[in-house]
Amino acid sequence: MSADMRTRLSHVELPNPILTAAGCGGSGRELSVFYDVSRLGALTTPSITLAPRAGRPTPRTAETPSGVLNAVGAQGPGVDAFLTSDLPWLLQQGARAVVSIAGGSVAEFVELAKRLTEQPGVSVLEVNLSWPSMEDRGRPFAADASASAEVITAVRAAARFDVPVFAKLAPDVPDVVAIARACVAAGAEGLSLINTVPGMAIDVDAARPALAAVTGGLSGPAVRPLAVRCVWQVHAALPGVPIVGMGGVMTGRDALELILAGACAVAVGTANFQDPFACPRILRELEEALTARGIERAAEAIGLAHRPSERQPR
Amino acid sequence: MTGTVLTIRQVDAYHAMTVVAPAIAERFRPGQFVAISVGGTGSPMLMRRGLPIHDVKPDYGGTVEFVFPADLPGAGWLAERRVRDSLDLVGPLGRPFPVPRDPVHCVLVGSGYGSAGLFMLADRLQQRGSRVDFVLGATSADRVFGALRARRMGQTATLATEDGSLGVRGRVTDVLPQVIEDARGDVVYACGPMAMLRTVAAVATEFAIPSQVAVREIVGCGTGVCMSCVLPVIGEDGITRMVRSCVEGPVFRGERLRFDDVGTIPFDALGAPGARGPVEGFRER
Ligand SMILES: Cc1cc2nc3c(=O)[nH]c(=O)nc-3n(C[C@H](O)[C@H](O)[C@H](O)COP(=O)(O)OP(=O)(O)OC[C@H]3O[C@@H](n4cnc5c(N)ncnc54)[C@H](O)[C@@H]3O)c2cc1C
Ligand SMILES: Cc1cc2nc3c(=O)[nH]c(=O)nc-3n(C[C@H](O)[C@H](O)[C@H](O)COP(=O)(O)O)c2cc1C
Ligand code: FES
Repeated sequence: MSADMRTRLSHVELPNPILTAAGCGGSGRELSVFYDVSRLGALTTPSITLAPRAGRPTPRTAETPSGVLNAVGAQGPGVDAFLTSDLPWLLQQGARAVVSIAGGSVAEFVELAKRLTEQPGVSVLEVNLSWPSMEDRGRPFAADASASAEVITAVRAAARFDVPVFAKLAPDVPDVVAIARACVAAGAEGLSLINTVPGMAIDVDAARPALAAVTGGLSGPAVRPLAVRCVWQVHAALPGVPIVGMGGVMTGRDALELILAGACAVAVGTANFQDPFACPRILRELEEALTARGIERAAEAIGLAHRPSERQPR
Repeated sequence: MTGTVLTIRQVDAYHAMTVVAPAIAERFRPGQFVAISVGGTGSPMLMRRGLPIHDVKPDYGGTVEFVFPADLPGAGWLAERRVRDSLDLVGPLGRPFPVPRDPVHCVLVGSGYGSAGLFMLADRLQQRGSRVDFVLGATSADRVFGALRARRMGQTATLATEDGSLGVRGRVTDVLPQVIEDARGDVVYACGPMAMLRTVAAVATEFAIPSQVAVREIVGCGTGVCMSCVLPVIGEDGITRMVRSCVEGPVFRGERLRFDDVGTIPFDALGAPGARGPVEGFRER
């Protein structure tokens, strides 16, 4: 017997908990060469910006031990092209779209939220708070609870009432729970954890930074313990808030780890680079892992590792 | 996708591996590549290595052979594969070389193991009645791939090594003008490192003939989702875009690739940083 894999992001029901992570699943067309993208719980789009963006110079990515450093810089077509081409294509496939947005100011986030939810089609808005704030000399919104809350309040007010707003947080803050609380208090229906962590690599032979942008965001299995810790802490503090967990998920077992920590859905990023079939494979492996443990519904596993220890003090 | 290793052999400075992969062999067109995962399950190396395909044969339902240099990160692991081991490879990827319908004179230029990507093309061109002349080179004789085969297949085969250990002393692009002239070349095809492709494209432009250049190294996903492999390319509409060499390449028309701007975002590229971009000096994630 196979497990019931359905899950919910706020009131939005998904057929299964495996999503692509923002910026790691392309527009959906690329992966559709390998499998039907409607089989995903949802496809998270790359962070959509108002204007088209050419991104950062190359080299943009570097391989590090069990990780990838990237400074892609959200290369993308901008919101107009997304609305006329990418989103309709996804909907035509029967896929669900979690749309990630990135802006340099609160006003840009508001404009994006309005434009994207004027028409139906967006299942969830994910707010990329790791974006540098032009109003705060390039400091990421996610570094500060009040800056994050300001964006979320504005996006929540601008987006259609029935589109849940998820705040995507960075792990490199002293107190991720404080930022999570501020976002939820500002109206976020859910949270996405974690974005990449700033890192750097040097090409020792050339004696130069490996990335043209010098520093980049680290992803992949190297960051998984950070993701598990963040999801665990936030779920413990805010048990009712849905969390999309991500960070270094390569297998169904890794996905289960984040679910046990408190995630109700799991996004797969870097694994798509190594294996174009990563998402359907991880979904199958997760289903097998649940069944092997006698768990009939994926929802029963959410936060299961938080249950009190059975060991009694002597 | 999984293939089964059929043979692995050392060819001078390189390794050549043949893998049974009928689904790739069946759809392959010259110029396309395979993206190989190195290190096995749980590998710390998360990016694929995109490599030119040397040969495709109908044996065992379909085999593909690719060539890799010993200093390719992960080459050690790859070279240790044995017959009947399974290998994770995806392909064929990318857009193939355009092949003219009518017979023309083609000059094929390869350097290092980039030459590997030219033989299936030569075969296809000759089937269409085209004349093929080869120019192959590398730093030294042991890094010139496929010299024998080029001599057998080509109308002529000119070799160049930087240390003079094989053929002419110099680079492939030093001898290319003479070969184009002698062969009355109508088009140049090339596969090799970026600096070499750049010079090949410039030579072709001097002769006012088209060039089709294939980018040799692609490290990333190979499938278009990671955005690692972008190059500034001028589109049909005259607008420069940062395009992915794994899906929109690896073959580009030489005059459309802005070689001088590789490694930068040209100011006039679509979406280049302008008034609306983020504050310079800060990284967005
Ligand atoms: C997937 C992949 C990943 C790689 N990653 C790395 C890495 O992380 N670090 C690293 O250091 N290397 C890396 N490499 C590079 C690779 O290891 C070496 O560049 C390669 O082995 C060079 O060997 P080659 O024999 O093909 O030489 P080539 O580079 O093809 O040989 C040089 C020849 O190119 C021609 N040529 C070169 N420049 C010019 C020019 N300006 N004008 C005209 N002709 C020219 C000449 O004929 C010259 O003899 C990677 C390669 C691959 C395929
Ligand atoms: C190449 C690349 C591009 C990314 N682009 C975005 C993006 O546009 N927006 C965003 O919120 N996160 C982006 N991320 C972060 C991922 O969505 C994810 O949070 C992170 O990579 C951790 O998951 P992983 O280890 O499974 O990749 C990107 C990551 C990578 C590697
Ligand atoms: S290698 Fe990933 S997009 Fe080209």
